[in-house]
Amino acid sequence: MALLTRSDVEHVALLARLGLTGEELARLEGELNHILDQYQKLARLDTDAIPPMAQVIELDNILREDVAGPSLGADAVLANAPERDGDFFIVPAILGGG
Amino acid sequence: MTTDLTTLFAHELADRLRAGDVTSSEITAAHLARARMTDRGLHAWLTIDDDRAMEEADAADARLAAARVEGQAAVGALHPLLGIPVALKDLVSLKGGQCTAGSRILEGYRAPFDAHVTERLRDAGAVILGKTNMDEFAMGSSTEHSAYGPTGNPWDLGRVPGGSSGGSAASVAAYQVPVSIGTDTGGSIRQPAGFCGIVGARPTYGRVSRYGIVAFASSLDQIGPFGRDARDAAALLHAVSGRDERDSTSAPIPVPDDLLRLPDSDDEAASWLRGKRLGLPKEYFVEGMEPGVASRVREAAAALEAAGATVEEVSLPHTDYGLAAYYIVAPAEASSNLARYDGVRFGYSVRGGEDYIADYLATRGGGFGPEVKRRIMLGTYALSAGYYDAYYLKAQKARTLIRRDFDLLWAAGFDALVAPVSPTVAFAFGTRLADPVQMYLADACTLPVNMAGLPGMSIPCGLSDGLPVGLQLIGAPWSEAALFRAARAYEGVTADAGWRTVRPRDLALLMDPAMRTPAERAAAGD
Repeated sequence: MALLTRSDVEHVALLARLGLTGEELARLEGELNHILDQYQKLARLDTDAIPPMAQVIELDNILREDVAGPSLGADAVLANAPERDGDFFIVPAILGGG
Repeated sequence: MTTDLTTLFAHELADRLRAGDVTSSEITAAHLARARMTDRGLHAWLTIDDDRAMEEADAADARLAAARVEGQAAVGALHPLLGIPVALKDLVSLKGGQCTAGSRILEGYRAPFDAHVTERLRDAGAVILGKTNMDEFAMGSSTEHSAYGPTGNPWDLGRVPGGSSGGSAASVAAYQVPVSIGTDTGGSIRQPAGFCGIVGARPTYGRVSRYGIVAFASSLDQIGPFGRDARDAAALLHAVSGRDERDSTSAPIPVPDDLLRLPDSDDEAASWLRGKRLGLPKEYFVEGMEPGVASRVREAAAALEAAGATVEEVSLPHTDYGLAAYYIVAPAEASSNLARYDGVRFGYSVRGGEDYIADYLATRGGGFGPEVKRRIMLGTYALSAGYYDAYYLKAQKARTLIRRDFDLLWAAGFDALVAPVSPTVAFAFGTRLADPVQMYLADACTLPVNMAGLPGMSIPCGLSDGLPVGLQLIGAPWSEAALFRAARAYEGVTADAGWRTVRPRDLALLMDPAMRTPAERAAAGD
């Protein structure tokens, strides 16, 4: 049973910001539907009265004192930047006319 | 008389170091030489840094010398891993070192800081030789999803070492290093430990800080040790465990020093089993399990029973839902975690498209490999509007049921569970790549432990068709000390078993400097 159409796959790829080739989209359409078929098993599980579990440890919020501590210097942080201008990352323009 | 230092356990090396028979510098040089000599055919390593390792070895020797001057108490206070070589999976930050997570998108990225586990290893005085190969972003069960080519299995170079921590497992099995660090999100330590015939442990979620680890699925990821026996793996777990305020899920629970006190005597170790209650979950003997695997696990259970434990068949009724629930939760968390790879602050970057969206699409489309794209797509879909309740929320509810299954057994008084690690022994290269669901099935017996946040181990329990079979031990939260006692007890019970003397079959081939790499062999179709 195909749940995802080709245009669904293209939409999800855009949401995920993945540029995929036509070949990749075609392969993923088949693979994702095959994997989603396995998920159908979950639909048979009665979970109406079951709370969801997002994480497993029985810890409440762990807070620390709100005080400044040492952190990485700008050069260390920027050392891996693909494009850099002084102490700044160069980012793609997100406003028009950039 | 000289011994090949690479054949020794870490605890044996530690004894010789303290006795003054050998230096860390000699131990480290021997392991570096073996890793350099044997890795062409194995490809367990992505980077080896000889100079840094030798500096760390010298520092360890200096620490030991200084402690000797101070007196016996100071020598006794040194960690057993002082001066011992260790490998890190290539998703653990090591300041100044490349950290690829097996991905092209992080090629050339150099970690600006040390991970918590790296700091802990430095505190202990362990010597880090380098970084090991892995499935890209730890997504995979064979190490075939590494962007840098697959790793071989020292037992049969035509087969996978398991994954995702395949390089860490293979390096220990091939005597390149006595212990190594891996991570386990759905079985990525236990399954390769099983496939490579060594010990691997995934601790309780929260036991080891994840600070400085490349994230895959944050509610499931845990860091853990590989070793060739329980004592070595326990010492490494001890070294890296404990509270770290930079990971808010790191638990303020004391690290059990019992991990450093596992008995040397086989008889004493085995005596721990008397009166212990072990469960054998029937659902873990899944459809399609190889008969040899099921037989070795049942024989191991019988051996534990003969040594004084009671072994009862138990049920974890929601096991069958684990795979589906895991393959929603893990990709969902991954799709969120991997949003950070945008080509702006670090990593692979493509610029110059018609707008910023085009740059993101090109960067991520070109930087990620096929399995990572598949998981990001699955996760994005499961979290997207209209599908969240049907998939993600449903999977989180299934997670509650899986956890409750285990809780009932701990409440009933079971000390641990024994089970298979994986339905099969190590499989041949290429046999599961075409069907992702077949690859995912390799984790069917391990991922419920991650969903429940429990500690689990894989220990060798014999061979099937000449390949190692892993026995999985599963415990209640924070029961690592007991799990390692059980593992050490099983070693004691089976100390004279013939299979314990069998070494990985293809070790000799690795000595051939002209041996083709796993990628070359796979390309040639053999």
